[in-house]
Amino acid sequence: MLVAAIAVAYRVYPDHIEVLHVGKWSAPFGICLVADGLAAIMVLMTGLMAVLMAIFSMVTIESRRIKDGYFFLYFVLLAGVNGAFLTGDLFNLYVWFEVLLIASFVLIVLGGNRDQLDGAVKYVTMNLLGSVIFLSAVGLIYGKTGTLNMADLAQRMPDISNTPLIQASGGMLIVAFGIKAGLFPLFSWLPASYHTPPHAVTTLFSALLTKVGIYALIRITTLVFASEQGYFQPLLLVVAALTMVTGVLGAVAQYDLRRLLSFHIVSQIGYLLFGLALFTPFGLAAALFFMVHVMAAKAALFVVSAIVYYLRGTSDLKVLGSFAQLHPALTVLFAVPAMSLAGLPPLSGFIAKLALVRAGLESSAYITVAVSLAVSVLTLYSMTKIWNEVFWKPAPAMQSGSFSERPLSRTRIWGMVLPATILAAFSVGLSLAAQPAFSFALRVATQLLDPDAYITAVLGTPS
Amino acid sequence: MQISLVLLIAVLFGCGFYLLMRRSFLKVILGLMLLSHAANLLVFTAAGIVRDAPPLVHDSMSAPPAGSADPVPQALVLTAIVISFGITAFALVLFRRAYDVLGSDDIDELRRTET
Repeated sequence: MLVAAIAVAYRVYPDHIEVLHVGKWSAPFGICLVADGLAAIMVLMTGLMAVLMAIFSMVTIESRRIKDGYFFLYFVLLAGVNGAFLTGDLFNLYVWFEVLLIASFVLIVLGGNRDQLDGAVKYVTMNLLGSVIFLSAVGLIYGKTGTLNMADLAQRMPDISNTPLIQASGGMLIVAFGIKAGLFPLFSWLPASYHTPPHAVTTLFSALLTKVGIYALIRITTLVFASEQGYFQPLLLVVAALTMVTGVLGAVAQYDLRRLLSFHIVSQIGYLLFGLALFTPFGLAAALFFMVHVMAAKAALFVVSAIVYYLRGTSDLKVLGSFAQLHPALTVLFAVPAMSLAGLPPLSGFIAKLALVRAGLESSAYITVAVSLAVSVLTLYSMTKIWNEVFWKPAPAMQSGSFSERPLSRTRIWGMVLPATILAAFSVGLSLAAQPAFSFALRVATQLLDPDAYITAVLGTPS
Repeated sequence: MQISLVLLIAVLFGCGFYLLMRRSFLKVILGLMLLSHAANLLVFTAAGIVRDAPPLVHDSMSAPPAGSADPVPQALVLTAIVISFGITAFALVLFRRAYDVLGSDDIDELRRTET
């Protein structure tokens, strides 16, 4: 799958848009798959995550869960994610969302202990609500325009923009994707459910699912509702700032490693939305760069938290400790993505945040920039907290003499360390290759903000 | 016809959201079902309820003749009905299982995963 993703990315590089008309029904009548720069980046990252998480799952998922169809659902989920990234049709996007939701519902309850069911009830209810709102918006848009092909919609939209119905359906789409992406104030299901399933599932969800929501937001606001950007911009900027703040404040208050990281997902989503909401090429490029960076760094942190859990059997910060003495290599493996996430130079997070801040200042969104900088400091604080509690301080059990670690087999250790190392190396590599990576992101962003190329590629007629 | 459908959709959405905010599992499920029905009807109604000729394409033509009905909304609603049926079935089983394991059908008592 990674190979196929690289092939797609190669064909799309640098400015080409690849279109597949499924069943040879020409657009806008048939459903088409479209791979432009944004979709290619997302598919590429999905492919990378899929391979690494498969290795990680093989050593951490119990045989009872595998027997219940873990890997089958794993690939259904990936099919849904890739379909959502590649489709060029609004209703088809809804169908792919449902495919990945069903797979994620089952993955989140698979194994069925109490915490999982408890989290799943909230996860399922909120996401179904999101789907209903999405479907209603699709219906309203079809009723008004008579088409569902995104390129065709983009072409017709300027004629009917600024009507209340279109603005309402655009708002409904933003709410629906906001639920899936975990935006303020719709994020509450995320920290309530993401820490309950096995570590591999959490890592996969955090790397892919919320990003699908953000991808859909980018697609909708830059393509279909391109003419309504001025209407939605203030709302999106405020929501971005609030998402950042609530996410990180939640994280600061947590004492469970995985819950802390789950709250950080919310906070990072705020940054992505901030880059999008500026609607400048530079801001969007910064958001794309940030997205790639955060997928790698976040997944690396979750894998490290899994290693910690499997060694000690708990992820409570108060009980953990003295990893720096006993496992210096693991400590480095945590430090690199953690500092990257907090945005310390010279790692990729620093470049991503610097670009975001610069883009924000250029568009004079001073308040959101100030908020994002303050949130950065708090992110650093919560990462330092993990550092102190898990790695630096002596474990409380050590003083009382009841300290013990679970023995782990070699394959298990390597199956967990390998993905974490690759992801951390990816994060470092991204900062070393920041110039070419960012200029590519800038090209993709320019392509996104000029939907004519997309429309021409899909409909085959110069607009 | 259209007016009565619109009123029906409004009632369904209203009841759905009301039930969704109740604490009992069963009412939440019923709320979700009503909401999905409301959304399906909305797609159907928004696309226009009109009496038109069936959209049949003769061998000699490449597109349906003018004045025929639009088949797309029905295809959309059919897909959406199938999806919502599957999801409702899953949600029912999940909530039943959650009730068995957690020993409560009160949403407010699901605090194990909260802070």
